[in-house]
Amino acid sequence: MVDRTAERSRTLTDQLPRGRTAPYRAVLGARMRAQRSYRGNFVLDLASSLLVGLVELAEVWVLFAAVDRLGGLDFTAILLVFGLADLAFSLADLAFGHCDTLPTYLRAGTLDVFYLRPQPLLLQLITSDISLRRLARAAVGLGALTAGLVVNDIAWSPAAVLLLALATLSGVATFAAMFVWAAGVQFFLVEGSEATNAFVYGGRYAASQPASVWGRPLTVLFGFFFPMAFTAYLPVVTLLELPGSELLPGWAGWCAPAAAVWAWCLAAFSWRIGVRHYQGAGG
Amino acid sequence: MSEPIIETDGLGRDFSVRDGWRRTRLTAVDSLTVRVDAGEAVGYIGANGAGKSTTIKMLTGILVPTRGSARTCGLRPVADRRRLAREVGVVFGQRSQLWWDLPVADSFRILAAIHALSTDAERARTDELVERLELADFLRTPVRQLSLGQRMRVEVAAALLHSPRLVILDEPTIGLDVLSKQRLREFLVAERAAHGTTLLLTTHDMGDVERLCDRILLVDRGQLVYDGTLHGLSRTVGAERVLVVDLAASTPDLDQVPGTRHLGSEGGGLRQRLAFDPDQVTAARVLAAVSERAEVLDLAVEEPDVEDVVRRVYAARR
Repeated sequence: MVDRTAERSRTLTDQLPRGRTAPYRAVLGARMRAQRSYRGNFVLDLASSLLVGLVELAEVWVLFAAVDRLGGLDFTAILLVFGLADLAFSLADLAFGHCDTLPTYLRAGTLDVFYLRPQPLLLQLITSDISLRRLARAAVGLGALTAGLVVNDIAWSPAAVLLLALATLSGVATFAAMFVWAAGVQFFLVEGSEATNAFVYGGRYAASQPASVWGRPLTVLFGFFFPMAFTAYLPVVTLLELPGSELLPGWAGWCAPAAAVWAWCLAAFSWRIGVRHYQGAGG
Repeated sequence: MSEPIIETDGLGRDFSVRDGWRRTRLTAVDSLTVRVDAGEAVGYIGANGAGKSTTIKMLTGILVPTRGSARTCGLRPVADRRRLAREVGVVFGQRSQLWWDLPVADSFRILAAIHALSTDAERARTDELVERLELADFLRTPVRQLSLGQRMRVEVAAALLHSPRLVILDEPTIGLDVLSKQRLREFLVAERAAHGTTLLLTTHDMGDVERLCDRILLVDRGQLVYDGTLHGLSRTVGAERVLVVDLAASTPDLDQVPGTRHLGSEGGGLRQRLAFDPDQVTAARVLAAVSERAEVLDLAVEEPDVEDVVRRVYAARR
């Protein structure tokens, strides 16, 4: 009994997080330890996400074995688009992907538990878990992006570096907003995550395509409403100084931060309405 | 007069329910006006769908009321939800707030961080709860491997870790065996005595009400139909007490004892059961009357079954 208490005291006192971010770090730390403790599973998970990432990259490569250019971009340019989109999406997925679990919480009624804790709901949801395997996808994206930056003929300048940095950050923010937007909609659908996945994962796929090949409806949807074209395609067009298209001109890559802000407006609106619906304020 | 812990005024909540294409409005809680003071232990009882969970959700800021107002621990539940979370601990009998795949001790650590407890406060409180709820044997066990009785004790500890002023228990003993129920009730009595914690519990288990609560709120179809003691509740429906006597010799049915109703005999009249209304006649008087007719070896007085009382209240209202 005495031994047990002593043992517990030791485990409880070591590195208990303190400060404002402590609650989130405590949860995430425990989640990460739990994932790593099943080492075999973890390695397998990492390997399989890596494989999926590589297969998607191979798809692009196969496509360009048949055609030289697509929507004004050649394979090297597409490599850049793919890399940028995949890196941004994977990082957003790593941080915000757990918005996906909201329907599970809603069905089990465990969302109520979040209401009983002194942190903001959305932050609790986002930090309720983390999938480290998503790092493997980010690695594929980073690899593709790096290769793309090397093989393309880029006129390097401070402006180019700034554009790239802005595009990456805005891309992560835009995809993150998509996850939050989808979560907000789940409050109404509960069983309808397939419907929102069509936009979240469809958007991710759209982001790695040259937007110039899209028809007008698709351009409106993924070019402007969900601003996927601004996460990778347009920054690359601007970076490579390509002409762009009628609706999406070459300089539009600089508007990536504005697109992120717009995406977050959508997300905040959807989340707010969703929470109000759940609590039944308008009800 | 101490500060009220719960104060509601005409609190009500409707739900809009879809029935095919039509939408109908359903009143879960009609208009609840109630005040609970610090240190009280209140049983909130009623049938399924009477509006108990809806009330709890409104008191804790999960649901926005359709009408009326509520204050919990002096705070507005929805607007001050995050501050309120530090004052209230909630145990859901059928929902876990623990991390399924983590050891019990890790769940406590995370909750301590969530509630920003100091290292000292965390240590002292964890030790207290571990000792009083007897959790030491499975602190390193993942929650998913615990028995239901063990898990409920851990759930209670988790809800009380931040020393809330108000503890709300929603069906805390559901599915527990007799011994586990007993332990949990003893703990709650001790916790209340030690810290003056206010308890609000919903339950179907009348043992919980009898052992834990000094006040009962009975709801029926979203309306408060009784507020008072358990004893008073039995009286309002005219619930009878039952005197059970074991007699020295076989005796014909004692159906002529004044103020009583003969319920039955066993063993050829060796044990007889007599119902009486405690407002009309005392147990002592009944016993005296029985003793005039037969030699009494042993006796017991049965209190009215609370579930039966609740059934009577409901029946009287329909």
